[in-house]
Amino acid sequence: MSALLEVKHLSVTFETPQGNVHAVQDVDLTIERGSTVGLVGESGCGKSTLGRAILRLHPRNASVQGSIRFAGRDLLALPPREVRDLRGRNLAMIFQDPMTRLDPLMRIRDHFIETIRAHDPTVEKKEALERARKVLADVRVPSDRLGMYPHELSGGMRQRIMIALCLLFKPALLIADEPTTALDVILEAQILELLRSIMKEYNMAVLLITHNLGLVAEFADRVAVMYAGHLAEEGATIPLFREPRHPYTQGLLASVIDLETTQLYSVPGAPPTLLGRSEGCPFYPRCEKRMDVCKTVYPEMRPVGDDRRAVACHLY
Amino acid sequence: MAGWFARGRTSLVGRLLGTFIRQSRTVAGILVWIGLAVILAILVMGILAPFIAPFDPNTKVGATELPPGGPFVMGTDRAGQDVLSRIIWGARVPLAIVAVSTTISLAIGLPLGLLSGFAGGRLDRVILLVMDSIYAFPGLLLAIAIAAVIGRGILNISFAIAVVYIPTYFRVIRNHVTSVKQEPYVEAAVALGMSRTRVIGRYVFPNVAQNIPVIFSVNAADAILTEAGLAVLGLGLPPGIPDWGFDISLNWQRFDVSWWATFFPGLFILILTTALTFVGEGLNDILNPLLRKKEQAAVAEA
Repeated sequence: MSALLEVKHLSVTFETPQGNVHAVQDVDLTIERGSTVGLVGESGCGKSTLGRAILRLHPRNASVQGSIRFAGRDLLALPPREVRDLRGRNLAMIFQDPMTRLDPLMRIRDHFIETIRAHDPTVEKKEALERARKVLADVRVPSDRLGMYPHELSGGMRQRIMIALCLLFKPALLIADEPTTALDVILEAQILELLRSIMKEYNMAVLLITHNLGLVAEFADRVAVMYAGHLAEEGATIPLFREPRHPYTQGLLASVIDLETTQLYSVPGAPPTLLGRSEGCPFYPRCEKRMDVCKTVYPEMRPVGDDRRAVACHLY
Repeated sequence: MAGWFARGRTSLVGRLLGTFIRQSRTVAGILVWIGLAVILAILVMGILAPFIAPFDPNTKVGATELPPGGPFVMGTDRAGQDVLSRIIWGARVPLAIVAVSTTISLAIGLPLGLLSGFAGGRLDRVILLVMDSIYAFPGLLLAIAIAAVIGRGILNISFAIAVVYIPTYFRVIRNHVTSVKQEPYVEAAVALGMSRTRVIGRYVFPNVAQNIPVIFSVNAADAILTEAGLAVLGLGLPPGIPDWGFDISLNWQRFDVSWWATFFPGLFILILTTALTFVGEGLNDILNPLLRKKEQAAVAEA
């Protein structure tokens, strides 16, 4: 059986008055059914743009090239009507800021009714509410919350409701764009635990977009590391964390605080601007192992080692 | 007091009403109540005109230009008609015109504003340009031009006034839509598979609807003045329909002799427009507290 999601040579370019911004460049990504892929990188590296492009949520001034095959269909070639129906039904997305993702003027129950009717216009209110109660039970939210307005609920509760809205149609893939960044650690653990049990129950794959390496280590089967719009390294989580190959991944992992020495490493320099096209390796200016070739030749992703790892670096 | 209301309100109208009732003891709330009472009184006066008007408004019932007193509480005008009776009957005209013209303006301005604001891009720019060119025209002048072309009659006058106010509805709605459509909950709704129409109808529209009563009442006051202006200029209603603006145009040149024939119709225009402005400003305070704060901040900065 083929993979659930196969992204090939995906590039997203924003046309701005200052020039073209290459937010995502030539990225390949595969997600198997029921598996979790962590997409990590620092702010502005294009990981959220990639997530949005999968749902075709990118703004008008973005052009998207490449292919995104979801369950055998190329999302970029589908007519908008069909993409719309896939959203929320087969492909769902939750966001970083649960506080502002629910319409403040709409009761929770109406969010559910609207979502169900968007896909099934004939469903009666009563039946829609019945379905809402079922998914709310799955995300451990008491069903009396249905009568409330979003401002009456906490951030964690709202994120659970967002997840419940996504679960209504049992999607095969959930894109979680920093789902716990706005929540405190205890809620973060709860939400992740919830996601994990739901994945099992619904046989759902998750693309977890985050800058939190701990989260990925705990949660993801595979990891993709992004830098400046490019993929730097991709592989199974545990081997990749044990033995990072790409100098950027090494730096990123070293940036996690070491409790023995309480030293904090930071990757020198700042990420490059994505405005305009650059030659060579995007990490070149900050890399501690740079070579002459890195300055002029872009390193393609190549399989390295024997653990189904791919790295974009001239060292290998 | 508002408890029973808060429980059951799900509709948009219910929400707006709920906010209003909770705010009814504030200064803004009292202004609105006064305005509504006055408008209601004038409305009742117009509806009951056949029963409460002492004389027929269109026939000579006494000597011309009699001062107030005796059977003629507000005197008689140049044609010997009873001023009071004409005022009572004349209440029908502004109210009818306000109702019809604001309905037309809203019916065109609101959907265009929603569409233009949400679609953005080239369509937005074209609609904006058309609306701006209407808006740039002095309102009364435009109404005069339209009235001169399409002729007299309540519907025609209403239409002429409606055209003037379409851009006001359009602009306020369109600008608010451009900010609401950036809200994260709109993106979330799209990500859940909502169609454009559903997003606009269920998520965007309720979030901009608070503007409507405000523009409505501000425009209504303006519409009455425009109608009176048209009447004074002789572009108003056909003769035979009592109209405050027409009465002014008939009598103002004799103000030094029979001031009452001009003064009382003018007074009623003033009372009605003031009442509508009270409602508009009061609603603006109640339904748009955020806007108010921003304005105050802007004033404080400047």
